[in-house]
Amino acid sequence: MIEAPVEDLWAILRDFNSHALWHPAVAASRIEGNEPGDKVGAVRVFRLNDGARMREQLLSHSDRERTFRYCILEAWEPLRDYVASVRLRSVSDGGAGLWEWRAAFDPPASERERLARFIRDEIMDAGFAAMRAYLRNLRSAPMFTPAPAAPAPLAGGPAEGVEVAVARYGGPEVLVLRRARIPAPGEGEARIRQTAVGVNFIDVYCRRGSFDLVSPGGVIGMEAAGVVESVGPNVANVRPGDRVAYACAPPGAYASLRTMRVDLLVRLPNSLSDIAAAGLLLKGVTASFLLHDVAQVRAGTVIVTHAAAGGVGQILCRWAKALDATVIGVVSSEAKAEIARTCGCDAVVVAGTEDFAAAVRRLTQGRGADVVFDAVAKDTFERSIDSLGPRGHLVSFGQSSGDVGARSIDRLASRSITLSRPNYVHFTDTADKIALQAQRLFAALEAGAVVAPRPKTYPLAEAPTAHADLESRRTTGSLVLIP
Amino acid sequence: MAKTYRSAVIPAPASAVWAVVRDFNGLPLWTPFVADSRIEQNRAPDQVGCVRNFRLKDGGRIRERLLALSDYDMSFQYEILESPMGVENYVAEFRLIPVTETDQTFAEWSAEFDAAPEKEDALVQHIGANVFAAGLSALKARFSS
Repeated sequence: MIEAPVEDLWAILRDFNSHALWHPAVAASRIEGNEPGDKVGAVRVFRLNDGARMREQLLSHSDRERTFRYCILEAWEPLRDYVASVRLRSVSDGGAGLWEWRAAFDPPASERERLARFIRDEIMDAGFAAMRAYLRNLRSAPMFTPAPAAPAPLAGGPAEGVEVAVARYGGPEVLVLRRARIPAPGEGEARIRQTAVGVNFIDVYCRRGSFDLVSPGGVIGMEAAGVVESVGPNVANVRPGDRVAYACAPPGAYASLRTMRVDLLVRLPNSLSDIAAAGLLLKGVTASFLLHDVAQVRAGTVIVTHAAAGGVGQILCRWAKALDATVIGVVSSEAKAEIARTCGCDAVVVAGTEDFAAAVRRLTQGRGADVVFDAVAKDTFERSIDSLGPRGHLVSFGQSSGDVGARSIDRLASRSITLSRPNYVHFTDTADKIALQAQRLFAALEAGAVVAPRPKTYPLAEAPTAHADLESRRTTGSLVLIP
Repeated sequence: MAKTYRSAVIPAPASAVWAVVRDFNGLPLWTPFVADSRIEQNRAPDQVGCVRNFRLKDGGRIRERLLALSDYDMSFQYEILESPMGVENYVAEFRLIPVTETDQTFAEWSAEFDAAPEKEDALVQHIGANVFAAGLSALKARFSS
């Protein structure tokens, strides 16, 4: 019996890749091919605490009956023909869950008893106990209590920190602050004492479960700045004390301390504060690849930028103006129009008071725009296409109003329109790609084409408030969490 | 609660039939009544919880969520989220059982749902004949040639 609502327990267990979060025997877990943990046929690879490795495959999965089955493909012991099932039942009088975990296998007779005892004691009973502790920890997470003072880390050892995890997919309320033990940096890694954490829409998508980047129980966040606290073996180009930032996968930035591959780190120029860096890097890199790699914006290009007063929008407008493009900003209120104008927009359309596609036609003498940067998606997609001229390019790089959904591409033919759906990860997943984008961004900053933002700041524990503010569209510019 | 049920014997080994019907996004490939289908949010069609969104050849649109999938039992369950049929609490199950003697496959398709009382009989008949039986016939035909 587990003293927790069966829904909460299932939210954790249903992910075939969640063992490393709570099971004491499992040091690390990943799913081959980066497939999601609820995909039937998925193969998980465990590294156990004693170094052994095993592979298991998901055979069946039912949200309706809260059950799944799996088999062992490879193990260090003769656990032959091993098929196990997990099944949860709710106990109607008291809000607890019954967790049934069964395994059947066919070991050599001489090993039968030892292996059965091992599975029962070390895997199942230890798992039950660890899950109770894990759930207790999740619930008693000191959501609004101050973070503990950072203790001096043991040289090379694990250190205490705090982090914000997604308890389950949902609204801002699913974000919980918890204490965490941050391992020593491994080979090629640095541990960073984070001083500012960027808040981005991708974090909201991860929290809602729209993306598969973060499983329930995992830590969200793609961007932070801070100081290198220690480095692992074979790290030559980064030293403790260096000011660095990053804006890339894997998620896990909502934390006071974290480890990160050093080749994904960007060294910060002295002119940029940590808070400004955490408010700029991801959005600036986004603007950099949108303007240069996805589209080729240059002198005379007519662009339309939705959410022109937003974090990415402001940078896009200003940078495009520096490239001598003609920039039409679309915003949702007169106050935001004012901000868009200060970013150099040649014209600003307030959606709601005027149809932006008609306005773009009027402003371009009927020709239409060359490029539309649209991260709003559902509410704007059709009219964005209508705003484009012949051989125009719609760059759909986000979905703040919801998925675009299924569309026919036939309509694009009337003006030979190109449609791009870039994903941040594919422009930032190697050291070379990140270095290129960061170099461009810092050069633009130096030249004044990009200005350092003055983000609105929130304590890390108030991540739910920051998310609610971002989603309500009340905010302009960047939001940063302070651990 | 209305129930409808159809079954058929498909002249092919169960593994071959399962390979076709296991794809939650594959209705256009084997049923005669689905024009096109996609899985929402770019999920994999064998990810439990994924939603298929398909258009019938008569124009109707249906959204269904995968509730369970078992390669072990060769079965899956799904529920209707949106449809023009006027059904509620609709949960269907598709299951294959190998007929080892002849190396054929017993396929069954069933559903339980709520509907307005005056429409219930017509819906049981319509879903049984025009969806389940029609789908199973198409599977038979596919493996007969």
